[in-house]
Amino acid sequence: MPLADLKKSVTKSPVWKSVFRHDYKDTERNRYLQILSNIWLHLHPTKISRHAVEVRYTWGMGGISFFIFLVLTVTGVVLMFYYRPTDQYAYYDMKYLMNDVPFGAFIRNMHRWAAHAMVITVWLHMLRVFMTGSYKPPREFNWVIGVILLVLTLLLSFTGYLLPWDQLAIWAVTVGTNMARATPLLGHEGPLGPQIGMKPDNDVRFLLLGGTQVGPPALLRFYVLHCVFLPVAIGIFMIVHFWRIRKDGGISGPTGKV
Amino acid sequence: MSDEITEGQGLTGGDSQAPRSTPAGEPVGPEVRRVPPTERGAVAAPVPVPPRPEKKADGLRRTAAAEESDTNIWRYSRRDFFAKLGWLSVFSFLGVMLIGTLRYMFPRVLFEPSPIFRAGFPEEYLPGTVSTKWMKDFRVWVVREGNRIYALSGICTHLGCTPRWLEKEDKFKCPCHGSGFYRTGVNFEGPAPRALERVKISRAEDGTILIDKSIKFLYENGGWDNPQSYLSV
Repeated sequence: MPLADLKKSVTKSPVWKSVFRHDYKDTERNRYLQILSNIWLHLHPTKISRHAVEVRYTWGMGGISFFIFLVLTVTGVVLMFYYRPTDQYAYYDMKYLMNDVPFGAFIRNMHRWAAHAMVITVWLHMLRVFMTGSYKPPREFNWVIGVILLVLTLLLSFTGYLLPWDQLAIWAVTVGTNMARATPLLGHEGPLGPQIGMKPDNDVRFLLLGGTQVGPPALLRFYVLHCVFLPVAIGIFMIVHFWRIRKDGGISGPTGKV
Repeated sequence: MSDEITEGQGLTGGDSQAPRSTPAGEPVGPEVRRVPPTERGAVAAPVPVPPRPEKKADGLRRTAAAEESDTNIWRYSRRDFFAKLGWLSVFSFLGVMLIGTLRYMFPRVLFEPSPIFRAGFPEEYLPGTVSTKWMKDFRVWVVREGNRIYALSGICTHLGCTPRWLEKEDKFKCPCHGSGFYRTGVNFEGPAPRALERVKISRAEDGTILIDKSIKFLYENGGWDNPQSYLSV
């Protein structure tokens, strides 16, 4: 049987065996190995309880938020090929993307809508966790991580808002950053701020904008925050968030159900 | 560097646990110390290594001999001193780097229009008028009431939009959320919590008006009585 010999020589070869690390038979052991021996699937638990796939309970909202974050990361990086964060170019690069770059409008709209969607889904995820009592011990630490993730999501949204560099963006950020003036001690209009020497050109708002008004330095600063600093921070906290879910006994489910 | 150790040096002495070797290459175990040969050619007798002293109540290690002769001058063993010095240098370095990074975020030069500008001669402003002449470039209204001229900052005290001067209605009206201000700057409608701010106004040597937007005078702080907040013609 030359065919059988051929099949044997193929399936016993080191290349074949390094791709398919266990046989196809549906056994308990092979089911575990399916998960454990795969770079992507090993991130999942080898076993999940039946309630874990009950969408009515979790809404899948955390996973949806994470998926949208991945969409935002990919589309954001693609946008970086055309966008230059200077007052000379920013607005026109955005217009160029919208009107002349092939699929530019598609990518930018994806990024924009995904950004709006992520803020909504993160809030809904928080609502679900609250409503199902999934913040209770042993998950209270992860609730705190989640609050940090929510703040980082809103900061990403706020910093991204300035980048189109149109009137709406500039005024929205002007109004938004004016609130920083009222920071206690660190703002030049906040309680005790002027008393310890805070002025428009040395307070926390100045640190944020790199100037006394929303200008080119603010655009550059927000760009760096939006594209490097905040994504890295939110990524680190997401890793901790997901790791804690596993440590706290897997995905939250109805009490008493296994 | 001599590898020989004499007894009675320091408070705790060295007690390295790593096997070492003499310059001659003879391995010296951790349990054995070498004493210097008393005579030429004499063989060094091995001496037992004293155990590392326990930590005392103050968290420091001292030998019994050191405990006895302790005059409270030397609170630290040399080991503790260098350990503290090492950590101190590490955290000093990190602290200075943090301060430097924070300072880096505050630029020395701003590429922004100067807050100080000249606004012509006082005679150009007629009594009872609100001039929008400097609004576009400097965001300031120059108002003259009788013989008094003052400069109003064109920043709405609600959320920082730019109000408009409505001549017919004799008021400043903010387009964002509908705040209204009298020509004096006092708020009377809409969400604005405070009166518009007045800024420093003075006369330059050549007789022109000099306005400095970086110095503000607030109505609620009694700043409008400050002689720097108005110009008498």
